Amino acid sequence: MHVLTLLAVLLCISLLGFRISQSRALSLARTAGLHSLPYHHGQFASLAILLPGLGVILLWSLLEAPLALWLALDHLPVPPNLADGEVRLLIAEISNIAAGYGGRQDPALLAAAWHYRELRQTSFTLAASVAVSVSLGGLVFAWRRVTPSHQARNSVERVLKIFMILCSALAVLTTAGIILSLLFEAFRFFVHVPFTAFLFGLEWSPQKALPAEQIGAVFGAVPLFTGTLLIASIAMLVATPLGLLTAIYTAEYAAPHIRTVAKPLLEILAGIPTVVYGFFAALMVAPALRDTGAMFGISISSESALAAGVVMGIMIIPFVSSLADDIMSAVPQSLREGSLGLGATQSETIRRVVLPAALPGIIGGILLAASRAIGETMIVVMAAGLSAHLTANPFAAVTTVTVQIVTLLVGDQEFDSPKTLAAFALGLVLFVVTLALNFVALQVVRKYREQYE
Amino acid sequence: MSLSSKKDAQRVSLGDSLLVETACAKLAARNVNVFYGEKHAIKDVTLDINCNEVTALIGPSGCGKSTFLRCLNRMNDTIDTCRVTGTITLDGENIYASKVDSVYLRTRVGMVFQKPNPFPKSIFENVAYGPRIHGLTSSRSELESVVLTSLERAGLLEEVRDRLHASGISLSGGQQQRLCIARAIAVSPEVILMDEPCSALDPIATAKIEELIDELQHNFTIVIVTHSMQQAARVSQRTAFFHLGELVECGGTEQIFTNPVNRLTQGYITGRFG
Repeated sequence: MHVLTLLAVLLCISLLGFRISQSRALSLARTAGLHSLPYHHGQFASLAILLPGLGVILLWSLLEAPLALWLALDHLPVPPNLADGEVRLLIAEISNIAAGYGGRQDPALLAAAWHYRELRQTSFTLAASVAVSVSLGGLVFAWRRVTPSHQARNSVERVLKIFMILCSALAVLTTAGIILSLLFEAFRFFVHVPFTAFLFGLEWSPQKALPAEQIGAVFGAVPLFTGTLLIASIAMLVATPLGLLTAIYTAEYAAPHIRTVAKPLLEILAGIPTVVYGFFAALMVAPALRDTGAMFGISISSESALAAGVVMGIMIIPFVSSLADDIMSAVPQSLREGSLGLGATQSETIRRVVLPAALPGIIGGILLAASRAIGETMIVVMAAGLSAHLTANPFAAVTTVTVQIVTLLVGDQEFDSPKTLAAFALGLVLFVVTLALNFVALQVVRKYREQYE
Repeated sequence: MSLSSKKDAQRVSLGDSLLVETACAKLAARNVNVFYGEKHAIKDVTLDINCNEVTALIGPSGCGKSTFLRCLNRMNDTIDTCRVTGTITLDGENIYASKVDSVYLRTRVGMVFQKPNPFPKSIFENVAYGPRIHGLTSSRSELESVVLTSLERAGLLEEVRDRLHASGISLSGGQQQRLCIARAIAVSPEVILMDEPCSALDPIATAKIEELIDELQHNFTIVIVTHSMQQAARVSQRTAFFHLGELVECGGTEQIFTNPVNRLTQGYITGRFG
């Protein structure tokens, strides 16, 4: 028998329990008032059957493999005063032979492997019978609880609530895990490279081979920070005015039928994969910029911060425009009428009433777009280059934090060299910055909620 | 007063087509029709609004009285599907003529809305809003005096004198509505339109607004839409009764409430329908 079959059997029993309890509750309901509806009794039965059964299977799957191996090792005639590594090797070998992969034909090992296999089979049969009997016990338990006074609905809801808490805890725990691993690996990096050298160093060339004591000199992340800042600023310079004016048009001036068409069309911009933006920037925008620059006698390199920034700005327009549009539409019509009723023009109304009332929300949207711009990788890889220059010239090639994380981790790397660990340090910085931006954005948006009413 | 009542009674009995020019009609509507898309919301309404008087528009819900009010300062322009025919004159000049700017019109015909709608700005900024956008004042001190006078005339100054820079939203409902009246006064309009200004207020706040309306009628022409017949009786000199988009009867308030000509009016004011 297989685990899947076992699960199917449990499911069948729980369905059976649902039907039995429900029909019993139904027949009870004809004579007495029930506290819970018949289908609540059915759900209670299903849960009373499934939960213990699944618990047994879960416990078994966690414990059986190590337990069986341990017993199999005991079975070996070899004196078990081996080093840790050797035991692990032995274990791997036993489980390999048991799984049917040849290996060394040592009779003792073979016997241990056989024993291991048998143990696992017995333990599964044992677990399956325990699970099924526990489930049947649950069935009987639930059936006997079908009484008018039993609060089946409350129990079911309590179980569901716990289940939901577990689900949300999973997401939170994952986040915590990611943060911890970032912190831990970054700490390992800072063992090799001093914190200040990383945060304030002006040269970034991790590909250089240097002796261990000088390694801090090539991990100065300032050029990456300035590159990120430069590109993100260009993107925001493009996205903020365009997005804001778009939002003012769609929220205040556009006729309803234009708005219903224009808004989804704009939001498509956010749905285009960033890779597509990337090659659009690299193959169309960057050469066009270079040629235009040449016409005016400005030298623009074919990989430039400008090209990447402009395309990224276009990509995040919908973040600004869509959010700002929603927030401006949420400003009560009565405020607009109040202003118009005083003889204000529509543009005065927008500038002096609608925009100030919506401003905190708009700033929130802009900050969200900014954190998106800072985290963006693909466009920069393709359009702005990989070389870390410390420059404020938007016509030069620069690189960003995210791009360097990618290049550090691509290819054959050992995972404990400063070079790969640097990626975690960069990731940590990025995480802190975007977290701060999101935090500020949330605060601003929260303040906005208190504005009118 | 009695003369105009008699005239109006006569007019109603002769039908709407006969126009009676009263001596000081501030606003005069002639054969006004309003359509919302296909819906015919106002049907051929002809009505005079006298200066320095309070005119009350009453009628059951959906009878078009608010729509008619919003025609008087072209607030209906903000609704795309709305179409207005006929003429409305302010001091003899058609406000729907193509050369009239609705923005300028609204500085002469101000409006107070059903729900208090102060801007999310300070009390001072709320009142200063109109004078600022119209550039009515040349200095800060002049602006301040306009704001203080307007608050004073709206009967709000004593309550807010020491917190002019607190948010307008922080005031109570009745205070907010008086703030909105102060805001309207600050632009020095000639006519103030009030769209059920007390419907969101408690009785005490309502009484204060009604007192204020009594005060204001010496300087302004006031048109008020109200659901409360007692309120119409208390504050207005003239009353117009609307039903299903038509002006059924218009006359002196006393006459309308004591001796209505039309049976519909009688039915409404005695509470038989509405």
